[in-house]
Amino acid sequence: MAIDQELKIEMGKQGVFVTTIQELYNWGRRSSVWPMQFGLACCAIEMIATTMARYDLARFGAEVFRPSPRQADLMIVAGTVTKKMAPQVVRLYNQMAEPKYVIAMGACAISGGPFKQGYNVLKGIDRYMPVDVHIPGCPPRPEALIQAFMTLQKKIDSHHLTGEGRPRYLDPDAPGEFKVPEPGEHDLEPASNQGVWPVPVVIR
Amino acid sequence: MSWSPYFSLTILFVVALGFGLAPLALAQLWAKTFSPAKPNAIKNAIYECGLESKGDAWVQFRSAYYLYAIIFLIFDVEAVFLLPFAVAFTGLTAGACVAMLIFALLLLEGLAWAWAKGVLTWE
Repeated sequence: MAIDQELKIEMGKQGVFVTTIQELYNWGRRSSVWPMQFGLACCAIEMIATTMARYDLARFGAEVFRPSPRQADLMIVAGTVTKKMAPQVVRLYNQMAEPKYVIAMGACAISGGPFKQGYNVLKGIDRYMPVDVHIPGCPPRPEALIQAFMTLQKKIDSHHLTGEGRPRYLDPDAPGEFKVPEPGEHDLEPASNQGVWPVPVVIR
Repeated sequence: MSWSPYFSLTILFVVALGFGLAPLALAQLWAKTFSPAKPNAIKNAIYECGLESKGDAWVQFRSAYYLYAIIFLIFDVEAVFLLPFAVAFTGLTAGACVAMLIFALLLLEGLAWAWAKGVLTWE
């Protein structure tokens, strides 16, 4: 049940505030996104800078970096994910309580970046878990991370509580666990999780 | 009928209890209505992050290591006493010097004994 926006503004001018549970819910959600405190590589330095006084992530209600996945809402994958580290990252993601969001920060987290050709580097964390916002850059500047936060907040704001368009965490049938890859003979096994991001097949 | 002068505290107590419990009840109601529980084995695990440890944590150390600990004690105690000895050396009487030398020699004798027994060679 949506409110007519013009009517809402008009009533606001008269001193009457109307809202829906969905708006209230999304407002609470987006205003207290607590990131998980972990960085993988140089992007983490930019992430730390974002939380400091100059860029002040606290403006978005996201300054409380939690050292435990149980208390965190947002995972910022800040840096190169090696194949040795990937199982731990997916494991931490699995341990986070719903709802949870992921920002893939920087070229490495998106695709492997400059180390994409390396045998030991994962070619994008979105092979194993659903990523909400990708930020390009090597490393992305704090402004880019703030932009990603705002994008994530807009995304949270557009979520519906019920119906077809509801997010993963409100859908009882959607998966809550993503398989933690195991180190195999040549690559991580599985090389990507089903239903997260279809890895294109390279035809040689 | 006269009220107890502390009756207002009872009302405050009930209000305080409600203030704490109402949000919890609301959150529970919310969780029941909207958010489906998504437990999984990893989420429910006690172990949190990092690599899972391999093998048993109850490692046994050889009891023969106590000799190293004792010999370490020789140097440890000696150093503790040698420092003030060296600092106060110029102002000491001959008797104090002899006493200190006897003390150092006693410790040295222990070391020599351990050396002679072959404790210092690593097996």
